[in-house]
Amino acid sequence: MSAKATSAGAAQSTPAAMPVDIRMASLRAIYIIWYRDLLRYWRDRWRLVASLAQPLLFLVVFGSGLSSALGRDSLFGASGGFTYIQFVYPGIIGMAILFTAIFGAMSIVWDREFGFLKEVLVAPIDRWAVAIGKALGGTTQAMIQGLILLVLAPFVGVKLNVLTVAELIPLAALLAFGLSSFGVALASTMKSLQGFQVVMNFLMMPMFFLSGALFPLTNLPGWMTVLTRLDPASYGIDPLRRVVLSDSGRSSALVERFALTINGHVLAIPLEAGIMLAFGALMLGIAVLMFQRRD
Amino acid sequence: MLGAWVNMTEAGAVIEADGLVKRYGQLEAVRGIDLEVRRGEIFGFLGPNGAGKSTTISILCTLLTPSAGSAHVAGIDVMRDPARVRQRIGLVFQDPSLDDQLTGRENLEFHAFIYSVPAGERDRRIDEMLALLQLTDRASSLVRTYSGGMKRRLEIARGMLHQPQVLFLDEPTLGLDPQTRQSIWTHLNQLRDSKGITIFMTTHYMDEAEFCDRIAIIDRGKIVALGTPDELKAMVGGDVVTITSSRPGEAAAEIESVLGVTPIRDDGSLRMEVPDAKVFVPRLVRELSAPVDTVTLRRPSLDDVFLKLTGRAIRDEEAGTKDQMRAMASRWMGRRR
Repeated sequence: MSAKATSAGAAQSTPAAMPVDIRMASLRAIYIIWYRDLLRYWRDRWRLVASLAQPLLFLVVFGSGLSSALGRDSLFGASGGFTYIQFVYPGIIGMAILFTAIFGAMSIVWDREFGFLKEVLVAPIDRWAVAIGKALGGTTQAMIQGLILLVLAPFVGVKLNVLTVAELIPLAALLAFGLSSFGVALASTMKSLQGFQVVMNFLMMPMFFLSGALFPLTNLPGWMTVLTRLDPASYGIDPLRRVVLSDSGRSSALVERFALTINGHVLAIPLEAGIMLAFGALMLGIAVLMFQRRD
Repeated sequence: MLGAWVNMTEAGAVIEADGLVKRYGQLEAVRGIDLEVRRGEIFGFLGPNGAGKSTTISILCTLLTPSAGSAHVAGIDVMRDPARVRQRIGLVFQDPSLDDQLTGRENLEFHAFIYSVPAGERDRRIDEMLALLQLTDRASSLVRTYSGGMKRRLEIARGMLHQPQVLFLDEPTLGLDPQTRQSIWTHLNQLRDSKGITIFMTTHYMDEAEFCDRIAIIDRGKIVALGTPDELKAMVGGDVVTITSSRPGEAAAEIESVLGVTPIRDDGSLRMEVPDAKVFVPRLVRELSAPVDTVTLRRPSLDDVFLKLTGRAIRDEEAGTKDQMRAMASRWMGRRR
């Protein structure tokens, strides 16, 4: 490096030579930050099992219980074309993705609390690498969690073929990415573990309930319609449901009775995917800005 | 031209600070610090808690921006090019910064990646550092299962992995038991000897500062003395000799008349400060006719130096409690994890 400076003969050439190095190092950092998250996720088998228990409980107990309570005249039942369990199944996949993504990304708060974040932040890398690495780590964990739940499809009377799964993967990835980025943005503002409980109760639970995971977002009171449309998770869970249900051989009109609407118009799946992607990019941008502030 | 300048500084000072000041609102934590650390030395930054040690080290490590002044580490301006400084320094923080759900080796691999250690050298360097800090046997255990001393050693190994020119350690032995502290020192000396690395460390343990090649004593944001431990101790004025005698009155009178030193009488013992005990004690034994039962000789300690320079003992009560709390907190965190 000093040789380079001498040959260029000017002091200004040295800082200019550096960014390339730092950029490469930052790309490597994204990879290793992502890899570490997966390693920890994989190593913590109990967390993996525990985080599958909750969706299963919702699906089997909540789903079956509600199915029998909902009468023939409801949206569900024989006349509706789908049972409640069939309806709620993609919602539960969405739920698993929502919780895993936000939790996974928010592990930054733990890293800060236990000091490891310092090791990352003082490294000669750009800070955007930390935000991106963490967002991708959360995305991947959530994807794995969501895809594991696909094996339950036969038990709830949902038929899945290879094409459907191929269609589901990018949609699930978008939902996971959007919510992970949201988690990283949240975590970047939090200095301690105290805030975590608050986020859990006042953000994640409402996001889950308003996302259409458990009930169709149609014929709701006005205030709730507004809230559900403001919930970014709605735009990620709705396409999952439509893809899963349309594979069951029923008409698309039946499927669209459950679909997310704005002003009575059913949103096209690519539009929903676009909204999710934009949300994720916005959140990631905020997270990067937050991380770049030197504290 | 720049190349020549870089080479010149490489031969001399590795760390240079000029008039560093750090203000937090009204509070001036660091009030004009100048220092030069030479290549290959172990430089100790000694002072009570709150004296500005951590603030200064953070500025040198590019973690804090100074309010005024400038600093160069490895010939690079810490303000203008922090990333390049960071590539050339290793850091061991005061508080733990390991991922204890990963193994020791995995922690090192993570570090090798973010510090761009070439892929072909990664394993070799990790093995070398593990061996050097005697962690090879436990490399594949989760860090969760490590003792406090092992964690510290792993952090030192990690800080060395990207072959830095300077290793910064902020209170590296805080909260460790005396034996572990000793072994950390053995390792640091070994690293300096085998790798020729410069070590810059802060401590408030006086006994540890004695192991440093040079020490800067810092108090209330300023360096009050700088030199080798012996040079600093020479500031106190000499050695302390204490004798006991069965006829102390007679001995005292004789010492005063024959040796020209006025001893301070304290019960049966006589205490005197002399410039050089090596010369004084043989004369005392030879020339005194009064019986001398015991002779105790004490070199001045750095505690005496600090006391003389600041009028206070280094470990006042407040610092002591804070330390204990910190040690307790880290133990508690360790268990909770």
